[in-house]
Amino acid sequence: MSAAWRLRAQPAALCALIVIAVLLTLAMAGPWLTANDAESLDWAHVAAEPGWAGGHWFGTDRLGRDLFARTLEGMRMSLAVGLAASAISLVVGIAYGALAGYAGGRTDHLMMRFIEVLSGLPLIFFVIFLTVVFGHGQYLLFLAIGAVGWLTMARIVRGQTLSIREREFIEAAVASGASSARIIFKHVVPNLLGPVIVYATLTVPQIILFESFLSFLGLGVQEPHASLGTLIAEGAGEMQAAPWMLLVPGGVLAALLLCLNVLGDGLRDALDVREERKA
Amino acid sequence: MTPTLAVDALSVHFGGRVAAVREASFQVQAAECLGIVGESGSGKTQVCLAAMGLLGAGARTGGSIRFEGEEILDRPAATLNRIRGSKLTMVFQDPMTSLTPHLRIGTQLAEVLVCHAGMSWREAEAGALRILDRMHIPEPQRRLRQYPHELSGGMRQRVMIGMSLLCEPSLLIADEPTTALDVTVQARIIDLLRNVRQDTRMGVVLISHDIAVVASLADRILVMYGGRVVEAGTTRTILDLALHPYTAALLRCVPDLRHARVERMPTLAGQAPSPASEELGCAFAPRCPRASERCRSERPLLSEQSAASHQVACHHPQSS
Repeated sequence: MSAAWRLRAQPAALCALIVIAVLLTLAMAGPWLTANDAESLDWAHVAAEPGWAGGHWFGTDRLGRDLFARTLEGMRMSLAVGLAASAISLVVGIAYGALAGYAGGRTDHLMMRFIEVLSGLPLIFFVIFLTVVFGHGQYLLFLAIGAVGWLTMARIVRGQTLSIREREFIEAAVASGASSARIIFKHVVPNLLGPVIVYATLTVPQIILFESFLSFLGLGVQEPHASLGTLIAEGAGEMQAAPWMLLVPGGVLAALLLCLNVLGDGLRDALDVREERKA
Repeated sequence: MTPTLAVDALSVHFGGRVAAVREASFQVQAAECLGIVGESGSGKTQVCLAAMGLLGAGARTGGSIRFEGEEILDRPAATLNRIRGSKLTMVFQDPMTSLTPHLRIGTQLAEVLVCHAGMSWREAEAGALRILDRMHIPEPQRRLRQYPHELSGGMRQRVMIGMSLLCEPSLLIADEPTTALDVTVQARIIDLLRNVRQDTRMGVVLISHDIAVVASLADRILVMYGGRVVEAGTTRTILDLALHPYTAALLRCVPDLRHARVERMPTLAGQAPSPASEELGCAFAPRCPRASERCRSERPLLSEQSAASHQVACHHPQSS
């Protein structure tokens, strides 16, 4: 409640939130917004400039596909990958980190060394390896990015858990006969959500960027589906003849990332104050 | 009859050298209130933490603690969880930090009943409401929906005491329950504890460095110094016929408001012994006005005195 108030006091974060909401709504409502769909080819307007001709507001690509519809689809895909992979890393990271931090001692030691080994693996190599073994697919992409994204989350959660574990209300909970599982999930995890939410909001843009990067390299989303990364890759090829093919998806990606980052910063400030006030 | 709590030759060591508790033995009978007094570092809190299974990972223990005849020292958490929080409960020193900050008061209270009594959440909420009412908390219905930071310190300590009484325990351990509160609130909490004892006939272990607080509530008093029990007896005996020079010194440090004359507060010179120090004679000898050569070389043992159940560990007890 009060955190929401403090977020409202930050104009930048509030603007970012509104822009994200608008982009999200556009992405969801995409198929109903325009008469053109993302896959049909319009031979009358190939590589058309943005304008009203044929309803191609943002122009078309070199196969005559509507760029507005494709950008919306790409945004949907990028957001889906970003959110799904963040959710995976959130769940796995919290469970793993809280367990390691609360158990402490040798268990903690072993679990953290395992994380260090994993984070030593080169990420791109890992994703290429996975796509070679399992073939392309967007679900694999969610999984591959999420599988790597949880490492940092687990470290943050573990650190928070270590400090919360020493607080007196945890001792009081132990003294009232609560089991370890109950203490971890009911008394420890909710207390570390503040920093975790902030980190998660900052993870989403990172993952979107990474997905775009993979798609740009041809490792991510495959034709005929589009993500912002594949659109940018296509657009980059026609950069001189048809700059809008690069600028439209590129602009959307930049706006999305900027807003998510600003929102994450705003959330961090809003939530931090609450911690100080409560202490 | 089996005592509610029987501590026998309990010792608690940290890292091999530091001895927080040295061979402490005492019993708490059913419905009895035992007060434990002593300075910081005298081991009074460690005794309780040992009983609740809350000692840190580095602690090594010896001796035994039996709760209603069952050994509870160094038992695994799963075993302890059957009794702690329901039959054996503890109230901590600082009510500001011992409630989980993000959970409503009602949820925290109800959780205890759901865990231990197997109630449904709805029944447990009703139980939580009843206990707040018994703790004389105004507007209990509204308090249930509030968060800990919305309550005052005294109110929170009432909630903590209420929480510890939810499952009708046979023993409540209160570790300095009033130290973090201001004096007027302190008096009300003591009153509350007294009323609760009259209603429920449960045993209480009350720990404090303030002998006045303990004397107002306890049936028997145990004085600890340097990790050992140095004197034990009924409250009357300790107050009127204290034999150990340390107990006598503690009693002198209680300000007496009946005398209007402003005088310097009596203090106890010197420092409490470090738990890491090797002991040869009596731990109190360096600060004791009556200490002799024998006190420095030979440790006095806890022995029965003339009065019933009065024990003291001193070579030169204060003549009564």
